[in-house]
Amino acid sequence: MAATIVQTNNTPFNKVAIDPVTLDIIENALRNARVEMDATLVRTAMSPGIREQGDAFPLIADHTGKMIVGQFGSFIGGFLANYEGTLEDGDMIFLSDPYSVDGAISHSNDWLVLLPVFKDGRLIAYTSMFGHQSDIGGKVVGSMPINARSIYEEGVRIPPVKIWKKGEYNDDLMKLVMHQTRKPDWCAADLNALIASCRVAARRVIEMAERFGDDVYVSATQELLARNHRAMKTLLAQAVSEEPVSFEDYICDDGMGYGPYKIKCTMWRDGDKVILDFDGTDPQSSASINFFLNENMFKMFFGIYMIMVFDPQILFNDGFYDLIDVRIPEGSLLKPKFPAALSGRTHALGRIFDILGGLLGQKTPEFLNAAGFSSSPHLFYSGNDARPGKGNAWFQLFQIGFGGIPGRPLGDGPDGHSLWPGFTNVPNEFLERYFPMVIERYSTEPDSGGAGLHRGGNGIHMTYRFLSPGTISIHDDRWFVPPWGVNGGEPGKRARKILERADGTQIIIGNKVEDIDVATDDRLHFITWGGGGWGDPLERDPALVAKEIVQGLVTAEGARAYGVVIAADGTVDTAATETLRTQMRSARGETKLFDFGPDIETLRANCEDETGLKAPVQPQWAHLAIAAE
Amino acid sequence: MGYRLGVDVGGTFTDLLLFNTETGAFWRHKTPSTPHDSSEGILNGVTAICAQAGIKASEIDYFLHGTTVATNAVLEGKGAKVGLVTTEGYRDILQIARSFVPGGLAAWIIWPKPQPLAALEDTVTVKGRISAEGEELRPLDEADVRAQLGILKQNGVKAVTVSLINAYTNGAHEKRIGEIAAEILPDVPISLSHRVLPEMQEYERTLTTVANASVQPVVATYVSNLRTRLAAEGMTGKLSLLRSDGGLMSAQKAEEHPVNILMSGPAGGVTGAIWVGRNAGIKNILTLDVGGTSTDVALIENLEPRRQRTTEVGHLSVRASALDVKTVGAGGGSIAYVPELTRALRVGPQSAGAVPGPVAYGKGGELPTVTDANVVLGYLPENLLGGTFKLDREGAKRAVQTIADALGIDLMAAARGIIDIVNENMFGALRMISVQQGYDPRDFAVMGFGGAGPLHVNAVARLMGAWPAVSPVSPGVLCALGDATTRMRTETARSWSRLAQDTKPEDLVAVLDEMATQVKGELLSDGVPEGEITTAFEVDVRYAGQAFEVPLTITAADLARDGIAGVLARFDEEHKRLFTFNMDTPHEIVNLRAVALGRALDLPAAPLPQGNGDPSAAKIRDHKLWMDGREQDAVIYDRAKLRAGDIIPGPAIVCEMDSTTLIESGCVATVDAVGNILINLA
Repeated sequence: MAATIVQTNNTPFNKVAIDPVTLDIIENALRNARVEMDATLVRTAMSPGIREQGDAFPLIADHTGKMIVGQFGSFIGGFLANYEGTLEDGDMIFLSDPYSVDGAISHSNDWLVLLPVFKDGRLIAYTSMFGHQSDIGGKVVGSMPINARSIYEEGVRIPPVKIWKKGEYNDDLMKLVMHQTRKPDWCAADLNALIASCRVAARRVIEMAERFGDDVYVSATQELLARNHRAMKTLLAQAVSEEPVSFEDYICDDGMGYGPYKIKCTMWRDGDKVILDFDGTDPQSSASINFFLNENMFKMFFGIYMIMVFDPQILFNDGFYDLIDVRIPEGSLLKPKFPAALSGRTHALGRIFDILGGLLGQKTPEFLNAAGFSSSPHLFYSGNDARPGKGNAWFQLFQIGFGGIPGRPLGDGPDGHSLWPGFTNVPNEFLERYFPMVIERYSTEPDSGGAGLHRGGNGIHMTYRFLSPGTISIHDDRWFVPPWGVNGGEPGKRARKILERADGTQIIIGNKVEDIDVATDDRLHFITWGGGGWGDPLERDPALVAKEIVQGLVTAEGARAYGVVIAADGTVDTAATETLRTQMRSARGETKLFDFGPDIETLRANCEDETGLKAPVQPQWAHLAIAAE
Repeated sequence: MGYRLGVDVGGTFTDLLLFNTETGAFWRHKTPSTPHDSSEGILNGVTAICAQAGIKASEIDYFLHGTTVATNAVLEGKGAKVGLVTTEGYRDILQIARSFVPGGLAAWIIWPKPQPLAALEDTVTVKGRISAEGEELRPLDEADVRAQLGILKQNGVKAVTVSLINAYTNGAHEKRIGEIAAEILPDVPISLSHRVLPEMQEYERTLTTVANASVQPVVATYVSNLRTRLAAEGMTGKLSLLRSDGGLMSAQKAEEHPVNILMSGPAGGVTGAIWVGRNAGIKNILTLDVGGTSTDVALIENLEPRRQRTTEVGHLSVRASALDVKTVGAGGGSIAYVPELTRALRVGPQSAGAVPGPVAYGKGGELPTVTDANVVLGYLPENLLGGTFKLDREGAKRAVQTIADALGIDLMAAARGIIDIVNENMFGALRMISVQQGYDPRDFAVMGFGGAGPLHVNAVARLMGAWPAVSPVSPGVLCALGDATTRMRTETARSWSRLAQDTKPEDLVAVLDEMATQVKGELLSDGVPEGEITTAFEVDVRYAGQAFEVPLTITAADLARDGIAGVLARFDEEHKRLFTFNMDTPHEIVNLRAVALGRALDLPAAPLPQGNGDPSAAKIRDHKLWMDGREQDAVIYDRAKLRAGDIIPGPAIVCEMDSTTLIESGCVATVDAVGNILINLA
């Protein structure tokens, strides 16, 4: 059954010729409309996840549902094919169930709004946006239980429903939904914000159609898709070889003691078509780290990476999708079967980008970046504020952290910056004002960036001192399998989490933990991973290494990785440096294209000594159908 | 008797405008800028313009100056070596910044790593801690402070900035460090974050304080140099600088708080537009300041420009009030190109700049620019009035032909395409500040100035549906005019961060009064007579939990009459206008500001002799230009010979020394009583 689109005017759009100038004007106006969606959202949303960290994604699609501008690859075609009902003027669709849209949103925390845009009785466009809700109910605060066995434990699931039906608001539906969450105020504000953004974009589309005429507008959207198709076709022929290349990387663990989980992708070109095959990826997890990867979403990631790596001038849209064939094995970590839990998908989402970088750069090392995506490390801290005068008020913090940006062909990776678009950190004075905590330290972690000609960015060392008893949960990765370096660069350092009790005792806690009780004056050291290094560290200017020691970004000990010896007065010992570098060069031989660090078995053997944590156990999938191989 | 001299120093030219405050008569002059020492160019200009007006420099009462000296110091990294003292655990505050990487997914691949404004090696931390409530969690370790300051001394820093966590709630530790620093580094200026910006958000407060300290020595040198040279010329008048927010501040105050003049340059044009609007009877204006590499736009509602709480300089966002000026990389020098993969027509943001410049200037430029397209189409006549050089139309044609060939269209279509795209980019910027802020552009006029503004203003007005399109008197020196005609201004801000329901009106009034006394005192100390000072308040309100505040202007009388409820009702109204909805969530009062203003000057414009409606006395010659897809007959006029009431049918071109106004076909222009050209649909 497919959706029935009800139009009061069924005149088809006429395809008309578009001059290149009009086309560029419409393209530009659509891009502006998309920027306006982001701006509207950030200004009116309330949950810190959206307002400070911009965890939301917009889209404007043509009348058939193909994305013209946006950032998440169109799911609309698939949605229309499966939706049993009508779409009419005045309707607005609301949903959060990933299984209802083939993973276009990948966990139930992402609420999605879809607005069909009608003009004079005809469907002319769609606008859509989704954003991460800080809490949608379920068994844990923040609704992302690491140990969930099924999606039913992860809060409210919303199938595609009409929040507005022919212009009428479905109040009862919203009461029902908001009744499920611990933060109805945030959810209501964020949903309002998503709706306002979609409406703004719809208004802009209608203005454009009024200005240029409906036929010109619609024809222009088709030409924009065609133009992107042509550009990508040329680019793919130049940049992707017919000979297959493979790349694999790991998620460290599933938070239940098992890991690592392998993700593997093989890429080759067959004529005009590029195939991206995830054969060899591990089967789905019985916990929540599964990442339901929508094929179109991955096409978009791939397209954006191609463009950024090879030609940033191209405007990105859905036009090239038929040039790419994405194959994901059923029942794998990337295509789990219903009702697999999905809330902890951020780690695999991050890893996908490292894999893309590794795949695309293999044959063109000059374009290759090192690894640096861990995940979006999360901290949850909640409880009742026990400080005097605070009335035992409920508080809940959801905060996203950042690691180091990898070393790049362009230069060093920035320290403690975001790889995700639009994200910013939360000001520490804001945290201290609104939550019972003191941030005792907010600095980069020296030496955590991988050594290289271009150093990987350092991770962040953030120390929270809690002022009220409560519970914390942590989601992070890259604590077991390090972020790799390239072209001779070394891997970055791994993530660590240390709980320091008020009496000074230190406990190493995991990077995926749920519901840990903390007491007043306990300190949490939240230390993120560093980016991998790029290029031969022995080629890095020793004076720069010495300067970074003064700056506190590298230690004198860490300088040895660059073959740099620092004298007692803090200057470079040139002679000793020369000797050390010569020794190191001959000892290591040729530099490696990829440096993954030790192999998995060695990592396992040394895990407890190096990380203070038990090594993850190789997962067994006896009870599941083995998807891979 | 009284003269005000406005001086705007740009990258290429220094513009001067001398204004007789009684008659409204004015003289303008353009002289090449002298980047090695801009006071040289200024002096040349002062001598020339005084000769022109037949006065002595000593007769000038006010020297009013918009300058990019502070801006350039930041953009070019030529600020002073600043030492930063911050709280233990926060040494990397400027290194990590807000962790934000501009651009979309994967944009980190091509984003250069920025260097902090205070170098990490010149950043030290001290032990001691204040809480978010302003209580002392740990006392300041003075021995540690002395040791750390010793490091800065040894590093040879030229300025010291102290910015501690939560100093906005309690500045005691900062103050003490300032005292110790004065002992240890006696000759180094010291700035404290709770004085410069007593607001929440440690990164923004620190950056703003560091930026202030960094440009202080540069601005101080500049001002004292200028003052000496002007004094040598016999000029004894008051020297004031234009603030980023469009007000004036004394040169002394600017030396202390140069962070307030970071966007002095673009503010001049906006204040100039306000003066023009007042004399032309136009209250709502969208400004379009088109330069060689970029275009600045701003919105003026009821003769008040919109302001914002941040000043954007390069990649830095500093917390200081500025006019809400948006910039797009679209100007006369913007280069047109057709990328190979997409075959799209792109214009800018790359610019040919002053060197090599557009092909038509014959200075070695080879790539087609917007100016070249204007020349090809006949919008910029080959012989500029008063200009000694002739534009190279054939060269411009050859360059634009490369675009035509790449797109497979003819020369004129390609040239017009370039103009359409660049107009569209300007249109996009104007939409951002109007439609996207909930304003209806049909309630506004568009005013084009800067070298190329009057050439594009008619087309942009048509796109906006905003009429009339205005080509003001002296569009080429409007910034200097703005410098000369605006008034003194100062402001102060504080964090409040309390729910409206927990705020007692009397507490709010007490703090606002205190702030008003402070800003009033600042203007008094600048020599503004007490009777001329007015004060006003601004309150930033949001729904508790939002990140975005709406600033509301209030008076003490408003507050007394309507209470806090009145403020909240206005917020709800504004929120609905901006975002289409309201909420039941409690309101939070976030920040408070007090503004003190000097007297608004009633400076009239000099009337133009009345004509009979027929502009033919000003006609230079007949002309041909390409518009609406065909070649058309047009007339070129000399602006200096136009009379009030003259009516000019489009297409037509009006030339003057430093600017050209294009009136499109289907439109008609009238010359108003003071010489502004107002273009409307015919």
